[in-house]
Amino acid sequence: MTVVAAHAIRESLRRRVFAVVLVLSIVFLLLYAWGAGELLADVSGFEGNSFLVDAETVAGGTILGLAMFAILFLGAVLATFLTIGAVRGDADRGLLQPLIVRPLGRTAYLGGRLLAASAVSGAYVVVLFGACTILTGLAGWWPHRFVEPALGLAAAAAVIAALAVLGSVVFSSTANGIAVFMVFGAGLTAGLLGQIGEALNSETLDTISDIATWILPFEALYQDGLAALTADAGGTTEAIVTLGPFGGAQGAGAALWPFAAAYVAAVFAAAAALFGRRDL
Amino acid sequence: MAALDVQGLVKRYGAVEALAGVDLQVGEGRLVGLLGPNGAGKSTLVKIACGLVRATAGTVTVAGAPAGTLQARRRVGYLAELFRFPGWARADEVLALHQKLAGSDGGARERAELLDLVGLAGARDRRVEAMSKGMQQRLGLAQALVGSPPLLLLDEPTSALDPVGRRMVRAVLLELKERGHSVLLNSHLLSEVELVCDHVAIMRAGRVVTAGTPGELARPRGVEIETANGTRLYEGAGRDDAPRIVADLVAAGEQVYEVRLLRSTLEDVYVEAVS
Repeated sequence: MTVVAAHAIRESLRRRVFAVVLVLSIVFLLLYAWGAGELLADVSGFEGNSFLVDAETVAGGTILGLAMFAILFLGAVLATFLTIGAVRGDADRGLLQPLIVRPLGRTAYLGGRLLAASAVSGAYVVVLFGACTILTGLAGWWPHRFVEPALGLAAAAAVIAALAVLGSVVFSSTANGIAVFMVFGAGLTAGLLGQIGEALNSETLDTISDIATWILPFEALYQDGLAALTADAGGTTEAIVTLGPFGGAQGAGAALWPFAAAYVAAVFAAAAALFGRRDL
Repeated sequence: MAALDVQGLVKRYGAVEALAGVDLQVGEGRLVGLLGPNGAGKSTLVKIACGLVRATAGTVTVAGAPAGTLQARRRVGYLAELFRFPGWARADEVLALHQKLAGSDGGARERAELLDLVGLAGARDRRVEAMSKGMQQRLGLAQALVGSPPLLLLDEPTSALDPVGRRMVRAVLLELKERGHSVLLNSHLLSEVELVCDHVAIMRAGRVVTAGTPGELARPRGVEIETANGTRLYEGAGRDDAPRIVADLVAAGEQVYEVRLLRSTLEDVYVEAVS
């Protein structure tokens, strides 16, 4: 499994598309640095206002929340790209057969691919989030938590990679890409629904959102991390943060991480079982 | 024990029966050629033997181990008909990866030997994407030989090669035979099979319809005699009939210049078998 993972990591780093991702990420960071700098400079004059609002927390939490949203999307693109054709796509192109006939085991092959995609996309989102956090901090605001959001993003990327691996056993590369992004979109929509429910104090919307985000736990992990950014905010500041586009998120509790791990394991087990029965 | 033993092999894809009860053996150190038109089931048979496809019925064993098991795969080297290596990888890296997967401890020396064997010694550091199709096929052959597997399953190993490349592969096959490897060679090139194989099996519609050594398959077709009055063909006559025919002609006052024994070629046998 480690041989396949190392091979897949080498492949992901040596393909031209990685250079494209790198360049786009640098462009994203430059734009983010500019935006965060301007925003936090603008709100610095609001300190000591009569509403007791911590303007920098509202602005910083919102802009870093936006960055998390973008990073989750980029991480999802990377995780999907690395696993989109892991089985059917590579089999159709003739890349898979020479590997699978080796004394390796199909489950080990699939595990290697998932491990590599999770490692690369996880490391990517952590580095990018770390860079955004530092840029936000240099501009004047540090998030209340760093580790939870960073790990949440990495775990979300792993969940998406697992779903893409499962899809790759069943669908062709193109169909799998479409399916994964539809699932990703469904998760984000559920999250937005929850934030609307939070703002409108609608229990029904909250419940629907909760169920959907647990069915697609990458969204729950993202929301959990988002909530941790401003975990220590209280009073009026918390109320205003909650009304913002990235402020309605809530921590998912201690069960989220074991659930996410079990979810990835179950998705992987389903993929391995299907792959084991597949003719190549 | 046979290197590859196929008994009553059946494979169905829905309503389509790709293999309809195939029996075939590849003895140790033997080179067996598998011939047949497109859709005859040759590639399916090879894929079942290396564990890529599951059989519907029947058994396939590799040195006694059921095909597809770890034990069987440790003994098999496989070159697929349609394969590709990652374009970014260099020839040496492809072989190094397969060494790790096959558990070969041959190291750089084995890689160099294999590249040399298939005529790619100068392309060690060339990326796959910069190789011609023929070079990639040679690299595929080298990949199949990593770890020196006792049984080689080669599916159309010369389909992308020029005549010089084909000759090189023939030499490699003979070399492998000398080293004691068993080979199942799936090919459309009759001359290639005729030149290197000990045994030939011809498939049609999922069944082996003819099998034997190239010598057994090449049956007598007649005797052709050139006389002063032209060439005469005695269809169905064999080597033992030739002296009597010549004696009769001489007795009849004919002048005999040349006697030729005609034998059917593998091509004749093949066309007859698959028609």
